[in-house]
Amino acid sequence: MKCQDTYWEDLYEGFEIPSLTKEATTRQLVQYAGASGDFYEIHYDKDFAVSTGLSGVIIHGALKNAFLGTLMTDWAGPLGILRKLSCQYRGMDYPDQSLSAKGTVTRKYQENGRFLVDCDIHLENSSGEITTPGTATVELPCRNSAS
Amino acid sequence: MTLSYSDCRLCPVLQGARRLSTPSSFLTESMIQQAIGAKSHPINTVIEKGAIRRFAEAIGDSNPLYIDEVVARSSIHGGIIAPPTFLRSAGTVRPEIPFEIPFDRLLDGGSSWEYHSDIRAGDIITAVGTVTDMSERSGRVGLMIFITTEIRYTNQFEELVATQVNTTIRY
Repeated sequence: MKCQDTYWEDLYEGFEIPSLTKEATTRQLVQYAGASGDFYEIHYDKDFAVSTGLSGVIIHGALKNAFLGTLMTDWAGPLGILRKLSCQYRGMDYPDQSLSAKGTVTRKYQENGRFLVDCDIHLENSSGEITTPGTATVELPCRNSAS
Repeated sequence: MTLSYSDCRLCPVLQGARRLSTPSSFLTESMIQQAIGAKSHPINTVIEKGAIRRFAEAIGDSNPLYIDEVVARSSIHGGIIAPPTFLRSAGTVRPEIPFEIPFDRLLDGGSSWEYHSDIRAGDIITAVGTVTDMSERSGRVGLMIFITTEIRYTNQFEELVATQVNTTIRY
């Protein structure tokens, strides 16, 4: 994880957030099932997953949501605060495949004394397909802020 | 021929038959109106430090704010906090929809979170889910029912700490 701070005034629309690469193993899916309490068998029982028409076990949507959370909180740094995080699961993702979490600043603004940026974020698979698009809003510190 | 959907789940041979038996429409306007506003019972969860650590490990996030008391105490948060999606582990809310949805298969469609306040180790979080929308759509896998639920999470001080709007797909 990144420990340096991200400051609001250094950002601009189009700024690219440092990307993050994740590769979930089946073991991690079991670990996530235990930690989250989501024991739906499509995430660790291949026979079951295939019987429901999937080609194999799939990554929990909520784990992909968590990867996008880490993308934002790593970048925002210890002084940043995640205010909004949203994503849609448009495509299935499978274990042992590389996933890249990426994001771009789309709006920089102040609201109620807060210094905020909105971002488009997504996960893409190794073929470059966006399986999980989303958005996020982060509150960041501002060096010149009087508050 | 009447097929029980739960039997189909156990017998792959019947999968094709199930597909043919999928109705072309299930929801009526009056069912949608009955479902919207359906609430779950509140679910209370004590936010434990060990659970936060295990969740952070499971998502592969080594942020010290989730695991290191010393670092977390000297941070702007003043103590260990939970990762943004940790509330997924705070129980599954089940709004009491006044009719059965005859589909076993489940997919998560996505989540939209808004955060108002930190979720801290030691907090007691109450989750209440309310159905805000329901719709149906026919796709490659047959008829799909989309259920949108807004889950409000409040802490022991009755502060709203977060909301999650989640879409579940039953098919």
